[in-house]
Amino acid sequence: MLNALTLLVLCQFAGEVIARFIGLPIPGPVVGMVLLLAGLVLRERYNGAAPPAELRSTAGGLLSHLSLLFVPAGVGVVTQLGVVGRNLLPIAVAIVVSTFLGLVVTGWVMQRLSRAEDL
Amino acid sequence: MDKLFHLWVYLETTPLLGLAATLVVYRFAVMASRAAGGHILANPVLLSIGTLVLLLLATGTPYAAYFQGAQYIHFLLGPATVALALPMYSNLARIRRSAGAILPAILAGSATASLSAMLIARALGAPREVVVSVAVKSVTTPIAMGIAEQIGGDPSLAAAFVLITGVSAILLAGPSLWLAGIRDPRARGLAGGTAGHGLVTAHMLLTSETAGAFGGLAIGLNGLITAIIVPLLATLVVR
Repeated sequence: MLNALTLLVLCQFAGEVIARFIGLPIPGPVVGMVLLLAGLVLRERYNGAAPPAELRSTAGGLLSHLSLLFVPAGVGVVTQLGVVGRNLLPIAVAIVVSTFLGLVVTGWVMQRLSRAEDL
Repeated sequence: MDKLFHLWVYLETTPLLGLAATLVVYRFAVMASRAAGGHILANPVLLSIGTLVLLLLATGTPYAAYFQGAQYIHFLLGPATVALALPMYSNLARIRRSAGAILPAILAGSATASLSAMLIARALGAPREVVVSVAVKSVTTPIAMGIAEQIGGDPSLAAAFVLITGVSAILLAGPSLWLAGIRDPRARGLAGGTAGHGLVTAHMLLTSETAGAFGGLAIGLNGLITAIIVPLLATLVVR
């Protein structure tokens, strides 16, 4: 767990440094995710080894409670209750309809363009 | 009574209260969700956020005081995002094989969501800052806040819209994808990650690792695509 957590935090740290340094509009953790993925691919290519069991179990633990991690930021909606309340109808309709359209359009294009045998 | 008051004053100044409240409320929300047979309205995130917002309002606790404790949970979002590399690694062969479909799908979904959100908000008479901030609602919070600031929106309002979108997408994803006949886990994951960022991805990851992997991929790519196209779309809608 210690090694895995250290690796995850180091990837995030490196991602943060790279994103700021190049001025990428992507958050550091997303760059960190790409770095870790690249590391795992290289490890497999040159070592023939799968990801370490420790990393898999720590990552699995974090990801199985991923929803919890969104709660603190989500409660932040409390600071915007005034604006949201004053514009409730436009905000609710805009978000619900556009989210529905976004889901269906993305899913439809993806399903049309990808072949079933590639699954 | 006086003693209790002093205890409350002390607890309010420590991060322990916000941290404990978040964990306990979430734990009960998971129990309630199971008791409700996993009904979509009994979603643990929705229940937890609703309960904590009511608690903060009822006790008059400022969000900053709550976040002082809750930030320790919030911080883990970074390492957890990095950890999404593992489901992606397990699905890498699948991702490579459908690489040609992924970019057009995200581009179409991202443009549709941003444009329709802005046009609807404008048509229903929302003020300019709302119209601009709602354009970034489908991407992960840090990207949304950055773009909102750049195009003259309000970053904290954008963060609230990101949350409302994530919760809506959790509720909408099942029925809408089913109605549209979208059963492929790759398409479901990509749609969830593009329209509803990490909140939906976290939700989908529980039932399908493949959907979770494509969701994680969509969060990153959609963030990048949105950062490029939304400033252009915003100048078309608002001038």
